Amino acid sequence: MKPIRTAASALAIALAVPGTAFAQTELSLWYHGAGNDVERSILVGIIEDFNASQDDWAVVLEEFPQAAYNDSVVAAAVSGNLPDIIDVDGPVMPNWAWAGYMQPLQLSEGALDGFLPGAIGEYNGEVYSVGLWDAAVAMYARRSTLEEHGIRIPTLDAPWTRDEFDDILETLQASGEFEYALDLGMADQGEWYPYAFAPFLWSFGGGIVDRETYQTAEGVLNGDEAIAFGEWWQSLFDRELVPGTSQDMADREIGFIEGDYALQWNGNWFGIRTLEAVGDDLLFLPAPDFGNGPKIGGASWQFGVSSTSEHPEGASAFIEFAIQDEYLAAFSDGIGLIPATAEAAAMTENYSEGGPLEVFFGLSEAQAMLRPVTPGYVFQALEFRKALSDIANGADVIDTLDAATDAINDDIERNNGYATAQ
Amino acid sequence: MSSPGPQKSLQRHPLAGWLMIAPAVVLIATFLVAPFVLAFGYSFTNQRLISPNPTEFVGMRNFEQLLGIGVLTLSPEVDEAGSPVRDDDGALQYPRVRDYTRNNPDYPHLEGMREWFGWNWGNDRVLVLARDLVFMKALTNTLIFVAVVAPVQSALALLLALMINQKLRGINVFRTIYFMPVVVSIVVVSLLWRFIYDGRNGLLNNLLEFLSFGLFQPIDWLGNPDTALWAIIAMSIWQAVGFHMVIWLSGLQTIPVSLYEAAEIEGANAWQKFRFVTWPGLRNTAVLILVVITMQAFALFAQVDVMTDGGPVDSTQVLVFQAVQRGYEQQNIAGGSAISVILFLIVLAISITQRYLTRERT
Repeated sequence: MKPIRTAASALAIALAVPGTAFAQTELSLWYHGAGNDVERSILVGIIEDFNASQDDWAVVLEEFPQAAYNDSVVAAAVSGNLPDIIDVDGPVMPNWAWAGYMQPLQLSEGALDGFLPGAIGEYNGEVYSVGLWDAAVAMYARRSTLEEHGIRIPTLDAPWTRDEFDDILETLQASGEFEYALDLGMADQGEWYPYAFAPFLWSFGGGIVDRETYQTAEGVLNGDEAIAFGEWWQSLFDRELVPGTSQDMADREIGFIEGDYALQWNGNWFGIRTLEAVGDDLLFLPAPDFGNGPKIGGASWQFGVSSTSEHPEGASAFIEFAIQDEYLAAFSDGIGLIPATAEAAAMTENYSEGGPLEVFFGLSEAQAMLRPVTPGYVFQALEFRKALSDIANGADVIDTLDAATDAINDDIERNNGYATAQ
Repeated sequence: MSSPGPQKSLQRHPLAGWLMIAPAVVLIATFLVAPFVLAFGYSFTNQRLISPNPTEFVGMRNFEQLLGIGVLTLSPEVDEAGSPVRDDDGALQYPRVRDYTRNNPDYPHLEGMREWFGWNWGNDRVLVLARDLVFMKALTNTLIFVAVVAPVQSALALLLALMINQKLRGINVFRTIYFMPVVVSIVVVSLLWRFIYDGRNGLLNNLLEFLSFGLFQPIDWLGNPDTALWAIIAMSIWQAVGFHMVIWLSGLQTIPVSLYEAAEIEGANAWQKFRFVTWPGLRNTAVLILVVITMQAFALFAQVDVMTDGGPVDSTQVLVFQAVQRGYEQQNIAGGSAISVILFLIVLAISITQRYLTRERT
């Protein structure tokens, strides 16, 4: 069927027949956001605009619930049924690109100018995916609480230092007004751990894996800086400054709003909800600086083209169409994420100048650092999460980091160094 | 059944039996036999869930990795005079294990191993190291789980069965209540018990506080490495006890009333009736229940997956959970398959032993 259709559409173009919708080649698109009506209506809007804007391609949407999405793509890849366009979580992209599920995008020169670095998915020197948005994490606080306890309000140029941050937590805890001084979100035991907590490790000077070669974690995840981070991390729980791994998700969602927690380390996607509850008193503060600058994680969901697509040029054309500022702004207004360009940010309610979440754009621009860009990240994230949980629950810091390092190195070795297949 | 005609010839047809068994055979072969044969094969390779690299045969490496064990004897640190150094509490000081297991050319066989357990031997400390500590913990936790659940659950179920095997008004209400947890999905039950065990304001903590007039200090049952496995054990026993109670009950009801009447006439007391009438009558039921509980206990997965994710600090890691984690989350199908094969061998060995011990003696 497909070659015939392609031939027909080629013929249609050759004859320059207007309005030949029947001659469009179908491109399938898989998306992870099933169940979210707002997300769906925006995406459907983009697809309709794209399909109407030209005569070659017709994108068809298929949606999956987020929890089942990655499994569906892997299953489809194994059975050879991948769609033309897939969306992919930023840090997972190198794994899929390496496994041969994805191919580099064919974007025109300058299409990604002005994009936040976290929205561009690059692997092996090629752009495989691009996001319409990025996400950012901030320290949620109440201005009134900080002023009452004489705590300095940090800025991007002068973030809290490690000692200052520790003093602040102790002060807040000692005030007795709060159940815990800080909520890290230990209840959210998924990608949140590496996304939200690896930046602390980076700021200490450690890392999950050596970023030069991606061949070893030795000395990076169990070096002196990482051990210092691990000991600090454990001390948060020993001093009972933060809720532990058995925190309930409901407490995570309402604890700061209800005043049980003085500070909260949370993503911008919680921003609007918290703002509605807390009002003008709410502050979004930059990450503390543990010695190597304040850091937060970058990269969210992005669009890419599958390796089995017969029409990669059409798939890329759709992606290039979708990354226009107006759609970036629409997604941001709809679901509260950070638009990928400054121009789009200016068009949004929340991220334009004076907008309530504007600060997140600055945080993302100034502090965002990508999680390790390697196919092994998927495994490394699991080991990192386990190590942080174990250390929080009292395991020996050095032994735990050693174990995670060994597990990561074994995995790299089992995969021949994650070398790209030639 | 002597009526002639097509019905008879169909029943007598040599293929009839095969046809009737076919659906079951096809299903079992597709979903049990084939996956097992595949897993057995994969466990000798480096099969990955996702990889551009071809699968290679690696022999026993996966098993060596899982089961590798080493012993290390540490002598206490000594000062210049040669006498052992003691810390403020008077305890002997030992060198760190990582000095021996990481990049130490004198101990290549211990490379990458971790301390599993150890004991004191004079002034020395003997340590058993494991190459895959998480697997070893999963193995021991699974064995503890089975060793506790199998006897306790079957005994409790028998007790419940004896209690409700009476002709009382409304006894069916009790039967229903005891059986209810069995019909509710284990995932739902696990979620509910997470709330019961909650460390801040869980039902269990509130109840204990109330009963002890506030003396009891709340415990984070699932967040504490010392209590998490026991919390799961208690909950699992409660959840499935009703199922085994029903099997005991069916066994109890096959015992002829005339035997009890005879015992009554002989003047037997309640214990003697149980010991010499009920228990011998339940022999086959007991064998069945023991085997079923043992197998179910080895398959522990959903409770761990929903309630603890194997934590805190590996205190609730179990074999099936590890097999799934490695195979899918860590994309290491070969590693997950190797664990499944080991689990199969353990269950097989235990079942054969149980069959032997409970065989009909002639």
